Amino acid sequence: MRIGVVTFPGSLDDKDAARAARLAGAESVSLWHGDADLHGVDAIVIPGGFSYGDYLRCGAIARFAPVMEPLVDAARGGLPVLGICNGFQVLCEAHLLPGALVRNDHRKFVCRDQALAIERVDTAWTSAYQRGQQIVVPLKNGEGGFVADDRTLDELEGEGRVVARYLGDNPNGSYRAIAGISNAAGNVVGLMPHPEHATEPGYGPDPRSGTAGLDGLGFFTSAVATLEGLVRA
Amino acid sequence: MGRVVVDVMLKPEILDPQGQAVAGALPRLGFTGFTSVRQGKRFELEVDGEVTPEVLAAAREAAATLLSNPVIEDVVRVAAADEHHSADHHDDDPDASGAVA
Repeated sequence: MRIGVVTFPGSLDDKDAARAARLAGAESVSLWHGDADLHGVDAIVIPGGFSYGDYLRCGAIARFAPVMEPLVDAARGGLPVLGICNGFQVLCEAHLLPGALVRNDHRKFVCRDQALAIERVDTAWTSAYQRGQQIVVPLKNGEGGFVADDRTLDELEGEGRVVARYLGDNPNGSYRAIAGISNAAGNVVGLMPHPEHATEPGYGPDPRSGTAGLDGLGFFTSAVATLEGLVRA
Repeated sequence: MGRVVVDVMLKPEILDPQGQAVAGALPRLGFTGFTSVRQGKRFELEVDGEVTPEVLAAAREAAATLLSNPVIEDVVRVAAADEHHSADHHDDDPDASGAVA
């Protein structure tokens, strides 16, 4: 199982995402933003960071990088793609996911351990979780507010495409406390908090949060399980 | 050399925290008459030669695809800037923009 991780100028969490993929049992493959080739990977993570400095809008310039053309085609064809934080913003800018991410309503960068409820478990990235399962993973963003018009929000809710929702205080003013969504097929998932930072003991959330700090690993083991299922099928 | 000005604003229904921060600071400086502030973006696209209808059409296309995200933003102006009244002059003349949008 080969999980590709895209590095844009300004990506910060590509190494963490690659390590998470390896901890889940996959081989990680580095994908370069300027290379219009996916090198035959079985799934892709678009990591967090500040692609192209986020100078225009978060993810707006990354969306036009050469690697995105085959990525968008492959995603529409069913390839599992997970966008985390800046990666979520890139997926929205690329129209693989609806809505947009805007500046936090309180105007401050927020960095904390975040409790989430996993609501959709039939995606390529969440099958390892139970529906309604509560997890704690790090969250760090300045423009993490998920917005969309009411029709889109109703559609997402009605089709069960809200993958994760914030528990407790809404950290960034996201509409309906939405932390992550998927496309209809469930192969493309965007998530604002960072599961890749909660995959190794001692490096994840503070144990005082009541978790072992490994709550994020399920996203990556889900992908491995999904890919293995595809191969067997 | 021609110049096209593209103005982009957040849609009215999208919260503008930057504008709110500025609005909050104005009274502290004694500017008490402004009831709200919204902050937008201005792009200046330069071309060799005149701003032809083709150039304007390309600028509109760029504005709709890269310069704005239609989910949260509106392109409120795409116009040729008057050579003699460019942004560099900070002219108070209301006709300075030479707007043809």
